[in-house]
Amino acid sequence: MKKLLTLILALAMVLALVACGNTANNGGTGNNGGSANNGGSADEGGEADLITVGIINNDPNESGYRTANDKDMKETFTEENGYKATFAYSLKNDEQIAAAQKFVQDEVDYLLISAAGTAGWDSVLQDAQDAGIQVILFDRTIDADPSLYVASIVSDMAQEGKTAVDWLASQGLEEYNIIHIQGVMGSAAQIGRTGALDDMVAANENWNLVDQQTAEWNAETAQQIVQAAIDSGKEFNVIYAENDDMAKGAVAALDKANISHGVNGDVIIMGFDCNKWALEELLAGNWNYDGQCNPFQASYIDEIIKGLENGQAPAEQVVILEEKGFDAATITQEDVDTYGI
Amino acid sequence: MSSVKTSLKEKKGLKGTLLGLVRQQIFIPIAALLLLVLFNLIVDPSFFAISLSENSAGDPVLSGYLITILDNASELAILAIGMTLVTAASGGQDISVGATIAIAGSVVLRVLCGTNSRPETLQAPIIVAFLVCCVVAMLFGAFNGVLVAYFKIQPMVATLILYTAGRSIAAWINNNELPIISEPSFGYFGNFIPGIPVPTPVFIAIACMVVIALALKFTNLGLYSQSVGINPHSSRLNGIDPAFIKFITYVILGLCVAVAGFIKVSRFSTINYSVVAKDIEMDAILAVALGGNALSGGKFNMGASILGAYVIQFLTTTLFKFNVDSSALPAYKAVVVILLVVLSAPVAREKLSNFWKKLAPAKAAKEAN
Repeated sequence: MKKLLTLILALAMVLALVACGNTANNGGTGNNGGSANNGGSADEGGEADLITVGIINNDPNESGYRTANDKDMKETFTEENGYKATFAYSLKNDEQIAAAQKFVQDEVDYLLISAAGTAGWDSVLQDAQDAGIQVILFDRTIDADPSLYVASIVSDMAQEGKTAVDWLASQGLEEYNIIHIQGVMGSAAQIGRTGALDDMVAANENWNLVDQQTAEWNAETAQQIVQAAIDSGKEFNVIYAENDDMAKGAVAALDKANISHGVNGDVIIMGFDCNKWALEELLAGNWNYDGQCNPFQASYIDEIIKGLENGQAPAEQVVILEEKGFDAATITQEDVDTYGI
Repeated sequence: MSSVKTSLKEKKGLKGTLLGLVRQQIFIPIAALLLLVLFNLIVDPSFFAISLSENSAGDPVLSGYLITILDNASELAILAIGMTLVTAASGGQDISVGATIAIAGSVVLRVLCGTNSRPETLQAPIIVAFLVCCVVAMLFGAFNGVLVAYFKIQPMVATLILYTAGRSIAAWINNNELPIISEPSFGYFGNFIPGIPVPTPVFIAIACMVVIALALKFTNLGLYSQSVGINPHSSRLNGIDPAFIKFITYVILGLCVAVAGFIKVSRFSTINYSVVAKDIEMDAILAVALGGNALSGGKFNMGASILGAYVIQFLTTTLFKFNVDSSALPAYKAVVVILLVVLSAPVAREKLSNFWKKLAPAKAAKEAN
């Protein structure tokens, strides 16, 4: 009985692995098949073969941002564009590093990394360099010697925060009483977006933080935080939420208490990430500001790789993505369609 | 001399009733609740203010901390019902409820939206979506139940499978998209029905409690699950099938998960797979523990578990009110768990009762002098 059970479980695991392999590789090859082919193409070298890339990303279910990022990658690195891409996903740094090691063994041509954590990458990047693999960082930067990677295409979260806070300052309110809803503490987005606001509050007499709380990217927690502020009769006129979901939760609490918000409302609503539905709220005048966090890095990477293949080094090692901030007063339907994710 | 004797007697009577009260299982959550109420009453009595106002749609709504607590504790109270049964029968806990809530919610949205993630109109009646979600959640409950009851895998290990895989399954059901429903009537179930000032989840939670109360009163569910939890072998000798009882409690928990998931997606008319109902399994288990139920199975008190759920939300809301960092919330809950576990350990109980016994003669002697 036990043996039978073990057998069934083992079979189930194998099946699951096969299934995962198929979904993870949109390029059309299974995990093992992919690696064998990779070796072949590396040997053949300069022929008009496919460029093999190993892409290490965070779990696409993490957020709308990540889903858009992953989709963008998959749409760019296709066989039609001359790539053979293999994807590995994890939200954990150590698992990502293990995946990177595997890609190095498979001798991919390029290794693209969106790191979950900033530390611990040096040795595997050194291995990649020794194996002649070019490393390109996207979306997030890491603490490693810049000589270990050829380029990084990243978002400047601090700049995102600064753009948003500057916009808020330009609204010319007499007093800023802000409820600040933070993301998961310690994440790059939280640090960058919090830093800009904290600096401004420290520097100005008329900027006050009524509440500063982490809702961990969760709409429901954000709603409870704002609800608690309303129930205790706190006065506030700005909600600075570090992503769209949390802004949505905050707005739900305001709606319940009949506090007007958005354009011509009593409370200014600010969000980040530019989800499509959030930009629509902006267009409808229910929110005031949404800061972009650009998930579309694939075209930049594509350009750099094509350049490297022709022997040109990238013009700049660090490319900082252009990121906009949208104001409800000026946003158009076209913006929603173009920048909504 | 005689007067002293009578006073002693009275004292004993009073102490006896007090001790009797303390021995009642429901005493633990009530004491915790009273402690929180007292704390808030001293620090800020306005905590208990309830006001009737209008929301932005012009409908009357009740607001205030107490309403917030009742509203937000609804899902947890519903989960506590199922978790109590599972704990009693199988002597373990289901840690996959948060992930299966994500699945249940995802199913609701999938049925309502069809293949379009931003539908103008609903693709199916809401009741159909709810029923499908119930069936799916019960199937996942049955999966856990089969592993625990028939394959005799430790509940926590068996449910670990869905705990890790559930959120990905939820995302997969909707092709990794985040559907949003614009139809306002879908939001009624997680917010307010226009014209009724009490949040709808409160009614749903009460309905669930009534159903489970009736089920426990008119069926053998309670008796059987307790006897299976206390001693499966002797229950078997008495003609109860322990495996089936365990299995059925997981299916019931699946139903609770479906209701909770339905409320969760209705609150915002959308879903975020990675954060929806995050860590709610820990709160549900804590509610059971706070209700004074043995986590190793056996006898249970359903009312105490449900009250435990409200105590947890009371604590959460109190901490939000005092601006305690919400990432520190789990630490406070951990303190509660530690206290409960230590207090319910046999060693601690023995020490405590010895301590009481020592204290009592000392007092009596003092009074006699």
